[in-house]
Amino acid sequence: MMPALVAPAALLALASLPVAAINWHSFLFLLFAAIACGFAVAVVAATNVVRMALYLVLSLAATAGLFLLAGAEFVGAMQLMIYVGGTLVLLVFGVMLTAQAPFVAIASSNGDRVLAGVVGLALLAVLLLAGLSVPAWRAPASGSLAEPAATPLGMAFVGVRVDEPVAGEPRAAVRPGYLLPFEIVSVHLLVVLVGAAYLARAKRRKTQRAIDIVASVEPPASVAEHAAIGRGPAGAGSVLAGGSVLTGGSR
Amino acid sequence: MIGPCVAGSPLFGLLITEPVSVAHYLVVGAIMFTAGVACMATKRNALGVLMGIELVLNGANVNFVAFASPYLAGDGARSLGLDGQAIAVFVIVLAAAEAAVALAITLNFYNNHATVDVDRADDLKG
Repeated sequence: MMPALVAPAALLALASLPVAAINWHSFLFLLFAAIACGFAVAVVAATNVVRMALYLVLSLAATAGLFLLAGAEFVGAMQLMIYVGGTLVLLVFGVMLTAQAPFVAIASSNGDRVLAGVVGLALLAVLLLAGLSVPAWRAPASGSLAEPAATPLGMAFVGVRVDEPVAGEPRAAVRPGYLLPFEIVSVHLLVVLVGAAYLARAKRRKTQRAIDIVASVEPPASVAEHAAIGRGPAGAGSVLAGGSVLTGGSR
Repeated sequence: MIGPCVAGSPLFGLLITEPVSVAHYLVVGAIMFTAGVACMATKRNALGVLMGIELVLNGANVNFVAFASPYLAGDGARSLGLDGQAIAVFVIVLAAAEAAVALAITLNFYNNHATVDVDRADDLKG
């Protein structure tokens, strides 16, 4: 409801401004920031896990737009490809694999929600105070976008720095790149993916407890109906027996 | 009623005519971080907790990229330079690894216990 109210009013305010006065970089920043923050809050507010996944995709995609606006093209592209294209697809697969009816929307208690809201607002207040308290960070952008950052970043990952040192940094003959962290991260990724494949491999055996939980938590609706209908003197036993056979077969 | 007030206020005009600063990005990062922490604290679905972790990492990433940006650096502010962007890429890659392992653990838990409710993961309770 809030976005529906804000959007027309924002358009009105835009129309009242002279077009030349609008800073389009700031306009796009506000657009992407609103999408990113709005859907991040929507992830918290939603109870349905499928909708949470959708909101998260939108929030992270808008964050990629923020990265591009800040001049980090390579990071923005990686955000779209690895995060939105890889990690979130993985997460959506997880949602689909575990989306049995009782688990799609597990609501937490109201007390927990209120407590989390209070703690979250306090944390937000601290972070905002800290972020806005430094005058240098509040100075409007005055730098210029230099050459694209993808080439210097790629060269730095293989250990060669071709970018200019930032102001204030002593100019050294040899500047360290990121070759060692790059190798550590790549080996880490390999180990982690082998471990994940090992953990998630298909197993036939289920523990007795899981079978008991399934049997006790969610009796199939049809069985319960048949049991209720067939409470009469004749047929009740056979229907119940049929139901139990069906339950055993389907699990 | 909040919408028109926000959009018609002089603050909105100031936001849209002035160049953005690092503080703008810090506000976005703070909101995403807080949303992620609240998500981790309140969700009972294990996958919801995972989504909260992704939001927290992303909020931190926004800050790194903002501090690294050559465009956003105001007068007298030191930029992180390339370091910030490199850290952001590392965070993205490690988040992918973390999501893969956490998802594998969640699926294993689901296979063994037939639920993804984190409140039911109490087998180690003394």
